[in-house]
Amino acid sequence: MRHILSLLLENESGALSRVAGLFSARGYNIESLTVAPTEDPTLSRMTVVTSGSEEVIEQITKQLNKLIDVVKVFDLQEGRHIERELMLVKVRAEGKDREELKRTADIFRGRIIDVTDRTYTIELTGPRDKLDAFLEAIDRGLILETVRTGASGIGRGEWILRI
Amino acid sequence: MRLTGAEITIQCLQEEGVEYVFGYPGGAVLYIYDALFNQDKVKHILVRHEQAALHAADAYARATGRPGVALVTSGPGVTNAVTGIATAYMDSIPMVVITGQVPTPAIGLDAFQEVDTVGITRPCVKHNFLVKNVEDLAATIKKAFYVASSGRPGPVLVDIPKDISQHVAEFSYPKSVSLRSYAPVTKGHSGQIKKAVQMLMEARRPMIYAGGGVILGDAAPALTKLVKQLGFPCTNTLMGLGAFPGTDPQFVGMLGMHGTYEANLAMQHCDVLLAVGARFDDRVIGNPQHFYSEGRRIIHVDIDPSSISKRVRVDVPIVGNINDVLDEMQKIVDATTARPEPAALKAWWNQIGQWRERDCLRYDRASAIIKPQFVVEKLYEVTGGDAIITSDVGQHQMWAAQYYKFDKPRRWLNSGGLGTMGFGLPAAMGAQLAHPDATVACVTGEASIQMCIQELSTCKQYHLPVKIINLNNRYLGMVRQWQQILHGNRYSESYMDALPDFVRLAESYGHVGVRVESPADVEPALREAFALKDRVVFMDFLTDQTENVFPMVKAGQGLTEMLLGAEDL
Repeated sequence: MRHILSLLLENESGALSRVAGLFSARGYNIESLTVAPTEDPTLSRMTVVTSGSEEVIEQITKQLNKLIDVVKVFDLQEGRHIERELMLVKVRAEGKDREELKRTADIFRGRIIDVTDRTYTIELTGPRDKLDAFLEAIDRGLILETVRTGASGIGRGEWILRI
Repeated sequence: MRLTGAEITIQCLQEEGVEYVFGYPGGAVLYIYDALFNQDKVKHILVRHEQAALHAADAYARATGRPGVALVTSGPGVTNAVTGIATAYMDSIPMVVITGQVPTPAIGLDAFQEVDTVGITRPCVKHNFLVKNVEDLAATIKKAFYVASSGRPGPVLVDIPKDISQHVAEFSYPKSVSLRSYAPVTKGHSGQIKKAVQMLMEARRPMIYAGGGVILGDAAPALTKLVKQLGFPCTNTLMGLGAFPGTDPQFVGMLGMHGTYEANLAMQHCDVLLAVGARFDDRVIGNPQHFYSEGRRIIHVDIDPSSISKRVRVDVPIVGNINDVLDEMQKIVDATTARPEPAALKAWWNQIGQWRERDCLRYDRASAIIKPQFVVEKLYEVTGGDAIITSDVGQHQMWAAQYYKFDKPRRWLNSGGLGTMGFGLPAAMGAQLAHPDATVACVTGEASIQMCIQELSTCKQYHLPVKIINLNNRYLGMVRQWQQILHGNRYSESYMDALPDFVRLAESYGHVGVRVESPADVEPALREAFALKDRVVFMDFLTDQTENVFPMVKAGQGLTEMLLGAEDL
């Protein structure tokens, strides 16, 4: 099953590679990994999307907690949460495709952020499924480039991950 | 007090009460060696290869419980040390490793003797640091000692670039250290501990399985007291030998791949299993599916939450300092009148007695060729069971574990997790320095000993009178055994050809060398050797070439699917 793990870690060089190294050394899956400093510059917030049985996810959580640079780990799957990912997609936009692509982008609440005679660059945010659905909704042959950030996650309501 | 980084490094070691640093100098650590030269509190032991520095520091830690300290230079110094670091990591040994690094402006430029030390060692240390500012140096070393020796212990590495060791800063050694991201658990959950004791009292076929964590946590006395009071059978893992006395009637021997028949069967058929400081690894329980096939309730006490429910699901997990958890269990046991049903326990011991009658460690004692088991038995007798025994890896290691009965913790030093050939001799040096008056013997084989044999020179320099028991069968014995049993007698590259004359080799280093070729000479030779209290004696025993270690559970098989002797092949 797919799990979104939220981590607070020391914003130190090497912390990212400790986490990434743990996943590769122990053979855990990584679907995506995002990291950036928080409002407290000494801390980074990381979101790792992984998959595995309950036992594997439990081991991953324990092993992450064991890393000295990891301050906190939380499996967002344990509560209600929000997941968002940003995608930039460059498409061939000529002739009748131009209007069609614009319409589809609107339906998905995407924004066209760069335009040339022959291309659009569309910005889209949402959960992974929505971004996947957009890519399926447009003619695959028109896609020139996609850039996805991987998911960022946060708990709903009063549930807060901080030290 | 303003000091250079190098002086700060040595001051920190003094503050930590470090007795010995095991190391080897080189370009990137020259300032640190200079600072070492100007004082005499911290003594330096110059090894002949960095791997040995790490093993010696590691064994010093195993023998004393205090963190071992090693100091090596950048580049090849580090890469040579990696085997020793990984060895300590796999066995959770507290160690602080100080490594030199190229000057900060040169980092990343493929400078002479540069490696990414923090990167190379990351998967085999508990933590590591690259010091980029001399102001941070003292606090970093303080953290290193704290992290290495608290929680589940392990090696911590501090990488110091050469310019940092030259820069000057105000020195003050922090009194305490706290890390917001690191707070090891100490006290176990009281509710869980109560539940565990209740489960033990309800057991009809109880079993206690103790590992290296008991020794690391200095909990052998607490374990022994509890087991004696409960009257339950107890087994120790390879790493746990000495956690419960090997000569006690309640001890059923080591368990696992080369464990005793009775220990493995009791593991499989017990109804309540108390696992203490052990981790159910593949060499211990064999195939986990097979292990599951027999239902039993499991209580697992460990300081590391990630050791619990890793290979085996447990019913009562208890995360905590083992000594504290066992103390709390003891208090509950003392306060209650509940005891396991005596008739059930008696029937269980009868069953174990029947298993014991298989006499699984029997061997041909009348052999005209020296049997390796016989040498270990005689070693046990001659040393009165009171020596510190180090070993390398292979058949000799298993025979030492099976036939030398360890009654006390920190007497059996071997590389259990990583299985590092070459560990034994440098480990004996570290143990001898830790306990100058103790009898220290390295049980080894002709293949393993050659992996760090250069350390005979270090033994000479520092007058470390260790005794080397070389069980020389002219084969990579354990490889040969697997090839015989699992690879159709195809002995691919497992014969040790062109062996040196070990007697003359030992003599050339200034030691005593003895060759023993007949069973009748084994005991007299050992007595003579151990009487030479101030000399290294290299004893080369020419043993039976085809002897195998039994019992044996083949890799991937169930714990009860044991080969008990040549008749099972």
